[in-house]
Amino acid sequence: MSTAEKMASKQRDISVAEFFERNRHLLGFDNKRKALLTVVKEAVDNALDACEEAKILPDISVQIVDMENDRYRVTIEDNGPGIVKKQIPNIFAKLLYGSKFHTMKQARGQQGIGISAAVLYAQLTTGRPARIWSKIKETEPAHYYELHIDTQKNQPEIVKDEESNWKKKTGVKIELDIDASYQKGDQSVDSYLKQTAIANPHATFVYTNPKAEQFVFARVSDKLPKEPTAIKPHPYGVELGIMLKMLKNTESRTLQSFLTGEFSRVGPQTAKEICDAAGLFTNMKPDELQLPHVEKLLDGIKKTKIIAPSTDCISPIGEELLEKGLRKEIPAEFYVAVSRSPDVYRGIPFVVEVALAYGGEQPSDQTIRILRFANRVPLLYQSGSCASNKSIVQTNWKPYGLSQSQSSVPVGPLTVVISLVSVWPPFTSEAKEAIAHYPEIIKEMKLALQDAGRKLGAYVNKKRKVADQQERLSIFENYMPEVAAALADLSGMSKDKILESMRKMLEKNKEYVQAHKEAHKVEKVEKKSKEEQIGLAGFDNEEE
Amino acid sequence: MKKSKTQEALEELGNDLVKNVLAGKPPVMNVPVRALSNVSYNKKSETLELGDKTSERNFFNVAHAKKFLQTLEVAAKSKELLTLGKHASLRDVFYMVKRTIPNTKTNIVDEQSESDNAIEDLEALSGFSREQLNINANKMGSVAGHVVIEDKGDEIDWAKMGSGGWSVPSNVEEITFKKVRAKYVIYMEKAAVWERLHEDKFWDKQNCIIMSSQGQTTRGIRRLLQRLSQEHDLPIYVLADFDPWGFYIYSVLKFGSINLAHMSGSMTLNTARFLGITADDIENYGLKKMLITFKDVDQTRLKQLQNYEWFQNNKAWQRQFKLMATMKAKAEIQALSSRGISFITEKYLPEKIKKGEFLQ
Repeated sequence: MSTAEKMASKQRDISVAEFFERNRHLLGFDNKRKALLTVVKEAVDNALDACEEAKILPDISVQIVDMENDRYRVTIEDNGPGIVKKQIPNIFAKLLYGSKFHTMKQARGQQGIGISAAVLYAQLTTGRPARIWSKIKETEPAHYYELHIDTQKNQPEIVKDEESNWKKKTGVKIELDIDASYQKGDQSVDSYLKQTAIANPHATFVYTNPKAEQFVFARVSDKLPKEPTAIKPHPYGVELGIMLKMLKNTESRTLQSFLTGEFSRVGPQTAKEICDAAGLFTNMKPDELQLPHVEKLLDGIKKTKIIAPSTDCISPIGEELLEKGLRKEIPAEFYVAVSRSPDVYRGIPFVVEVALAYGGEQPSDQTIRILRFANRVPLLYQSGSCASNKSIVQTNWKPYGLSQSQSSVPVGPLTVVISLVSVWPPFTSEAKEAIAHYPEIIKEMKLALQDAGRKLGAYVNKKRKVADQQERLSIFENYMPEVAAALADLSGMSKDKILESMRKMLEKNKEYVQAHKEAHKVEKVEKKSKEEQIGLAGFDNEEE
Repeated sequence: MKKSKTQEALEELGNDLVKNVLAGKPPVMNVPVRALSNVSYNKKSETLELGDKTSERNFFNVAHAKKFLQTLEVAAKSKELLTLGKHASLRDVFYMVKRTIPNTKTNIVDEQSESDNAIEDLEALSGFSREQLNINANKMGSVAGHVVIEDKGDEIDWAKMGSGGWSVPSNVEEITFKKVRAKYVIYMEKAAVWERLHEDKFWDKQNCIIMSSQGQTTRGIRRLLQRLSQEHDLPIYVLADFDPWGFYIYSVLKFGSINLAHMSGSMTLNTARFLGITADDIENYGLKKMLITFKDVDQTRLKQLQNYEWFQNNKAWQRQFKLMATMKAKAEIQALSSRGISFITEKYLPEKIKKGEFLQ
């Protein structure tokens, strides 16, 4: 057997299970604690997306039951439109199956890998099938499935398929048994749901944690977010590989109609300009373009001025709602929210929003709390490599009343919400934990932080002034008895009489304190100018 | 008991403030400014004098409130001491005043420097020295010689005080000189040098008085030197290091200091003579090898000295400054020990005094 033949005997399909085993960290299953969070997160993301698409105000319940020996039963239930019977096995038990990957539209999920990865994780760690309930009409019974994934073929394996009398108008319920560990803290399910509630003020969450404690995060808005529309890709955002695929799949007959038909913001005139700049004919057949042609085409796109993509495809949270969301979950004394207007990175539109909650019970001797969101989904890991972290560090917080040492996270009683919405948020990895460092995004983030920071600074300074005034008066009030006692000792007069007289003075003229201070300032200036006239030639600068 | 003038002055201070308060006016003290900007050199009297600039200290001004209270507290404690006829040290006063103001986290004073400062303000304000206010500094300094004094009814012979000599108290107003047999006084910067002179019985052999304090000259020493000069007409010689700081010790003794300009009258010593170490001594006594190279601060300080108004027209001193500036080095008194342990008492001092080699 030749070497090549030997090698060929070893070459075969890689099963999804094997792929998953080796790459679980890419999908958010690095450890047991994170696995619990990822399972909840994937299910909740899907539930929110489904409700919003069906224009239903989301009511989502999350329940985690401790089954001992590091085994947990996770149940997530929503009031969305439900899933038709035929699709259920594919959605939950087939990896890389989804509707969102091929559209340019703002959504929480992207790749169609999340929830099926959770199902696979459950299967690999406990061997138990995923249990799914789905109901699409109030009058019809619900469907109940128990599903495995055939890890060799990446196909659903139906363990049980029956009707159920699940009492619910419409919706989906999924139950998974997984190996996991539960811990409170910044990266816990508790924290994830609290933050999700901040960025989704139109949703209600009922959460029961493994300690059987129940939390209700109630909605503060009955307005659903504006429905994002799907857009075609903008030429500026398309790379070589995608362009090749698009050229191959298109039904257009000419390059010009391909450009106008498959991209946004490209009309016949712009298409012609692109072709001219690329040195290609407008009537070339798309599937006849060779690699060098495609490279020329991309070059032509770069040289052509094309207006920015329309931004109605994204749906930001909005200043008012973001502030409301923050207000209900983080008790503080001052809130401010800033929503920037849309901008574009690599031809992809995005919006940055920032909200601040200052003061209250928040510790003033620790670094500020940063809550990061991408398309309303909280990002709990990899904060150090996130664009939002970089923009916070690069912002000077001192004028806004916080302390900050050279390029580090500031210290003070502050929570910062920094949210990015986009049809395609650029993550640094498939686990969607950190936003990539695009200069356009960091710039927008910094502008939003500065805008909100200025409002915070105005508040902090005003508060400090009032406190100073208060302290000034209290200095006099507290010192007066001491002064009166000393004066009584010196003069032999009654202390009470002196004190009473001083109190009257302070009461009668609380403004006097201020007025006198001003007068004294003037006096001082006069004195100083006299001093200068006298002149001090011949003396050193020693002030003893 | 009859009230002393000091007591009366403190009472007056209190009465004036109370009068203001009862009339609904803010209590204000006008404290003479004790800084270089308010100190001038009087060519006639050859002393530093405090100008008439005062800074207002108003209780109803946040910036003044605490200092106002501190000064008042110290005044009240001083009056208490005077009434009881007792004396307290600066440290005692610090503890008498130190306490937390009710309802606050503020202490009236946190460090002794604050109460010391308040006491100096009170001196300037009342016109009485702290010794007259019954507040004493720590005693520091020794004296020996053929002198008999009376202090609080005790007769003390400076010739019979053993190896330590008599320690000079901070208040020397109440001592009286019974017998003074000396031709001159040598005051030296260093206690170690005093001990050498004392061990060699220099004061007995040369018929003089030797006196020292460690470092800065204390008020008690300055006042004692002044009394010996004025009451017994003794020349006062100063022996200090050959460096800007040594020269400054002489400057303070002779002309007064900025910080205590308000006390100049009872302290300065216009007849003081600077015996050494001079630049010429370095040459004449072969001390060149004993020189220590200047640091930046020495250089700066020397420049300041050169520009002092009271040195500006003094050719002899300017010559010394210039020589020191070219050497860029300094020398300690003890450098003389390189010529032999008793070189200073057997050769250097007798020779210098005999020849009359001193600066004035």
